[in-house]
Amino acid sequence: MATALTRKDFVSDQEVRWCPGCGDYAILAQVQKIMPELGVPRENTVFISGIGCSSRFPYYMNTYGFHTIHGRAPAIATGLKLTRPELDVWVVTGDGDGLSIGGNHLIHALRRNIDLKILLFNNRIYGLTKGQYSPTSEVGKVTKSTPAGSVDFPFNPITVALGTHASFVARSVDVEQKHLQDTLKRAHAHRGASFVEILQNCNIFNDGAFNDVSDKAIKADHQLVLEHGKPLVFGKNRDKGIRMNGMRPEVVALGNGVTEKDLVVHDETNLSLAFMLGHFEPPMPTPVGVFYAASRPTYDAAVNAQLAEARKSQGPGELRSLLRRGDTWNVK
Amino acid sequence: MAVPPETAQQIAQGSGASGRRKPVETRPQFVIRFAGDSGDGMQLAGMQFTTESALAGNDIATLPDFPAEIRAPAGTLAGVSGFQLNFSSQQVFTPGDEPSVLVAMNPAALKVNLEDLKPNGVLIIDKEGFTDANLKKAGYTSNPLTDHSLDKFQVFEIEVSKLTTSAVRELGLNTRAVNRCRNFFVLGLLSWLFQRPTKSVTDYIESRFKKTPDVMEANLRAFRAGFNYGETTEIFASAYEVKPAEIAPGFYRNITGNTATALGFVAASVKSGRPLFLGSYPITPASDVLHELSGFKNFPIYTFQAEDEIAGVASAIGAAFGGSIGITTTSGPGMNLKAEAIGLAVKVELPLVITDIQRAGPSTGMPTKPEQADLLMAMYGRHGESPIPIIAASTPADCFDCAYEAVRLAIKYMTPVILLTDGHLANGAEPWLVPDADKLPEIKVEFRTDPNGFMPYLRDEETLSRPWAIPGTPGLEHRIGGLSSEHLTGNVSYSPSNNEMMVRLRARKIAGIAREIPPIQVFGDAQGGDLLLVGWGSTYGTLREAVTNLRAKGKSVSHVHLRYLNPLPSDFGDVLRRFKKVMVAEMNMGQLLKMIRADYLIDAVGCNKIQGRPFKVSEVESRIMRALEG
Ligand SMILES: Cc1ncc(C[n+]2csc(CCOP(=O)(O)OP(=O)(O)O)c2C)c(N)n1
Ligand code: SF4
Ligand SMILES: [Mg+2]
Repeated sequence: MATALTRKDFVSDQEVRWCPGCGDYAILAQVQKIMPELGVPRENTVFISGIGCSSRFPYYMNTYGFHTIHGRAPAIATGLKLTRPELDVWVVTGDGDGLSIGGNHLIHALRRNIDLKILLFNNRIYGLTKGQYSPTSEVGKVTKSTPAGSVDFPFNPITVALGTHASFVARSVDVEQKHLQDTLKRAHAHRGASFVEILQNCNIFNDGAFNDVSDKAIKADHQLVLEHGKPLVFGKNRDKGIRMNGMRPEVVALGNGVTEKDLVVHDETNLSLAFMLGHFEPPMPTPVGVFYAASRPTYDAAVNAQLAEARKSQGPGELRSLLRRGDTWNVK
Repeated sequence: MAVPPETAQQIAQGSGASGRRKPVETRPQFVIRFAGDSGDGMQLAGMQFTTESALAGNDIATLPDFPAEIRAPAGTLAGVSGFQLNFSSQQVFTPGDEPSVLVAMNPAALKVNLEDLKPNGVLIIDKEGFTDANLKKAGYTSNPLTDHSLDKFQVFEIEVSKLTTSAVRELGLNTRAVNRCRNFFVLGLLSWLFQRPTKSVTDYIESRFKKTPDVMEANLRAFRAGFNYGETTEIFASAYEVKPAEIAPGFYRNITGNTATALGFVAASVKSGRPLFLGSYPITPASDVLHELSGFKNFPIYTFQAEDEIAGVASAIGAAFGGSIGITTTSGPGMNLKAEAIGLAVKVELPLVITDIQRAGPSTGMPTKPEQADLLMAMYGRHGESPIPIIAASTPADCFDCAYEAVRLAIKYMTPVILLTDGHLANGAEPWLVPDADKLPEIKVEFRTDPNGFMPYLRDEETLSRPWAIPGTPGLEHRIGGLSSEHLTGNVSYSPSNNEMMVRLRARKIAGIAREIPPIQVFGDAQGGDLLLVGWGSTYGTLREAVTNLRAKGKSVSHVHLRYLNPLPSDFGDVLRRFKKVMVAEMNMGQLLKMIRADYLIDAVGCNKIQGRPFKVSEVESRIMRALEG
């Protein structure tokens, strides 16, 4: 039955209410597109979000959905996933929702490695509240709440996630249809907490924030596509690469004796390399793709294994004898 | 096991020991308080003495009093830990106002507790604890053992360390290990003094120290030495006996409020056939519920120690969305953090139980001390119109019924329910007539499965609750959320009139719970009288005893104790109006009082205490007497 589903089956009857041109539309479209391919029955799919423009997402998915409160989606999803491990639980959050008010829940969900698929729509702004700077806004950013420019040093979502030892950390871009689909599918296939930062354009309050990686004319020179086992090559003519100069990465032009052999080869299982790439910021190219993917025990599986083990060794819980434990006596 | 047979027999027989030489005086009741440094093991001694007393057939009530600091400097006033027990041949309502027996292991313990000891009370003192250094730490400028300040008490000075040491000398333990047996010496002595059956203690020692036979042996010897010391030395002229109380027949268990709360939730889970999920963040005095439930994984019970209280309640909401019984436990500061998420549960109408084990505030306040100042927070501590049923337990054992009832209401009405207990109930213990698991009220869970005509906010006609439709059910895919939603469909809606209708529907749903609240039981004059004392929560025993005492003196005083605080019982207004005066006793500045005055326009007066300590019976009596005269 699952195979018979189409993209349309995942479109809810609710009118989508984002601003025309918002990057969230593109993300919604790709998510709806891959859903039938995942082979998961609709009723077993749940989208849980916090608050923000991005967090309206569940209303538009014809699955189970829960639009919760600001920042708490990972915690709510944790309770659901622990008790219903057979469900596919997705979390949709924003840079404010997931990294400011909900930063605590996000890092702990990642640290525990609970099997949630966490999509963080990063537009480097508070969209829903109409344009204040966010924890990912760059220093100097002028917004409604920072007329003199922000002096607040930003978070980098990828290195935050890596810092928690998250077991799957990736980045994609709202308009990169194919790349986004592939990244989402990989995130879904991963067992454990998957963290995907999706660079998303807020054309109303922070238009063009990711132009360098989304504008077709220039993106090839600014986007470094990470592929496991492949050398780090980029550029319109694929003529640039990343080479180690001692302990430091540098951009080199290929040719003149420099070949792909001299370049760093991407290895998704190398956390130190992932950190190094995670720290890339202009003028270095912006990496997209899977920074890190490793297998480690998931929290939901471990918790349920303890329950199963207790059931096996002690037998199913028996209320009558439980109530009669401890200091007891009979009065005749 | 390692006990010489003749002593084992003597100990096992307790009061029936053969060859006893001393006379035994029978008394109706004693209140005894164990006090010492946190490291002196007074809680353990107190609890073991409680078990002995329960087994002796007495009615009992206990009150532990812990210091807030885990390891306050030894010998200081801050480090004093106490445990009070009231054991009686009659019905007991409270742990007792004032002890008639005080055990003080050091000067600090004496200083903190002496003012409560009754004149002519028995004072048992570890003489060796009264060193110059300890006297100084406790702030004594002269030694109370020699300056006649204790003359109005019956003082027994005992060299506990020396006697313990000589009892266990052959075992070759180090001083520290020997010192840790002192509490069992004292327990042995008191077991003799009050002629307790001692088998429960020796059983306890044997199982507790199974893995360290020398420590087991040392504690057994210390215990025995204490017992024999009472019997053989000249210090005590006689022993005391408290005859068994008349207690309803049945199977009893000594239980603390926190354990009863935990078991109530387990029972509700079993009876409803749904897994229990507790999301919680450690906080005194609530953590024991988390500890307790984490041991029952086979039921199955999920316990999730979350990153904070917000995640605690949020994860419980997630579990409830998935069809489990979601609960969260905390104390005051954690309640503040949970408020927004509780509001979400009100709006999305999912079952959830929030247990607030109240402690003295504001802010961090006195974490180990009880208070009842969170009632109005439970009522109103959320933004928007968000009514929630509130129930409050009145005794440690009542926590079981209230936890069970909270789950039942949450599921039946698809709503969060707040359960209020407090630090006094949490750690206090009393005998609990263990209920027959088969006879607990039904908790019916009916998940919606039929897609035909399904709408997320289509309400049950009687209860007004919406269907519980859980993920995994084909054809019921739907979205819920905090945004205002349309009647029936649950779709996001900003319609003004729809919003008002939904707010009113939820309010009606909660108010409708009053239909199933049993009629009020008036203790005293159901048809009315001079004064009605109204209370809720852990003050129950004290208020009941005060009213009982005044009634015995011919006063027209009655008592009503509320379990349901929201909605209030539908006959409450009628009952209140039958009395010339209404007094509301609470460990706060008058919160139920405000609700009563507001809801019923009755000129009720308050009886309030905010000291992190329960009322004394005498305090309540004199407050009532003043009101009757005034
Ligand atoms: C407790 C709470 N505080 C503040 C808000 C207001 N608020 C709603 S969304 C938001 C920021 C959203 O930013 P982000 O997560 O980046 O989402 P975006 O709208 O950009 O997608 C804020 C501050 C709220 N809803 N709840
Ligand atoms: S404000 Fe920005 S993020 Fe929000 S919907 Fe509009 S364009 Fe999208
Ligand atoms: Mg944003």
